[in-house]
Amino acid sequence: MCVLTHEPMEALCLTARDLACRRGERLLFRGLSLDLAGGEACHVTGPNGSGKSSLIRILARLLRPYAGKVEREGSIGLLDQTMALDEHLPLGRALAFWRGLDGAISGDALAQLGLSDLLDVPVRYLSTGQRKRAALARLLGQDARIWLLDEPLNGLDRDAVGMVETLVAEHIAQGGLALVASHQPIAVPGMSVLHLPDYAPGVPA
Amino acid sequence: MKVIATLLLRDLAQFLPGARRGNTLLPLLFFLAVAMLYPFAIGPNPNLLAATGGGVIWVAALLAAILPLDRLLAPDLESGFFDQWALRGIAEEAVVAVRLVAHWLSFGPFLMLAALPASALLGIDGETLATVELGLLAGTPGLAAIGIIIAAVTVGLRGGGAALSGLLVIPLAVPLLIFGAGSLSTGGEGGIALTAAISLVLVAIAPFAGGAAIRAAREG
Repeated sequence: MCVLTHEPMEALCLTARDLACRRGERLLFRGLSLDLAGGEACHVTGPNGSGKSSLIRILARLLRPYAGKVEREGSIGLLDQTMALDEHLPLGRALAFWRGLDGAISGDALAQLGLSDLLDVPVRYLSTGQRKRAALARLLGQDARIWLLDEPLNGLDRDAVGMVETLVAEHIAQGGLALVASHQPIAVPGMSVLHLPDYAPGVPA
Repeated sequence: MKVIATLLLRDLAQFLPGARRGNTLLPLLFFLAVAMLYPFAIGPNPNLLAATGGGVIWVAALLAAILPLDRLLAPDLESGFFDQWALRGIAEEAVVAVRLVAHWLSFGPFLMLAALPASALLGIDGETLATVELGLLAGTPGLAAIGIIIAAVTVGLRGGGAALSGLLVIPLAVPLLIFGAGSLSTGGEGGIALTAAISLVLVAIAPFAGGAAIRAAREG
């Protein structure tokens, strides 16, 4: 249940009750509950195929859970393996499409992500790490209160990993909420950990 | 409103002829190529050409409308656009409706223009040409609507989706062809009116059918 805070900020929460997820014939996890409020971050861990991406998509309400339910208050920003940027357009114009829907992406954010020099480069020529950072720029421009990040560190160099950690830390410091699925360690102060294999069928709940 | 305008601008930049380095010109060129080849295949008998030319234009229009189907919705689902729109509360129905408008604008008016040189190649007289043009005006929105419904239904298929969607469109387009091309032989406005009626029904259904199909594909 969402608890109203007495701050002027709107109530922010992400709650899941007794979630179960089935892909094909396989039950990936069951009995999963979580309760996050503004200013909290959670790191979802687990090996490949344990259902991290499915959990993110269920929480974003893009996938129906096999059982259980999801409640949330607050706008959702999703970063996953897809970019949602037009491949044939220069990066600047590809981001401009989302700017038209979401509002401005500040020049500071682009500089922080190291994208200022890449705005004229067509998206399809970007490297793996640059693509990830471009998707992060889209996420920052959305100004969503709840961040759902699926493997945000994939393909990033060490500096960029540190930058993502800083971005997440700043986001929750500003009262935002973040749930990060990653098999890599991610250092954000005060982050709780949810280990998905603990909810796999066969493990006593 | 701003959302719709933003979506429409992006769609037009992608689908209008000349966009994406000319790929979008292919349906038009295909249409003209059919009109050009037909007299070679059937022989230069002017009476035969004039009698069948209008129907050929219709068949060529149908085939030209099928060509871009695999690029219509699938790339946006694969690259995550539909997910991001859903998170922002933009309904699939709205996206599909906008895409329908862009798809029709990308081939409908241009086919009507291309029907002018095609009619010269096929030796069609002015009166028949007027009927063909009116029929195309009434029928191409319906062709676009069928195309977008089929593109949405086949959106989750990997490989072979393009051929399958072509195969699925053809039977659905039969009523449009019967009344649209049929208006040529009867010379009547009745056929065109019926074509327009079918088009309207299809255009009204398309956003909802397409939206539901895209949501189903996302669950897969």
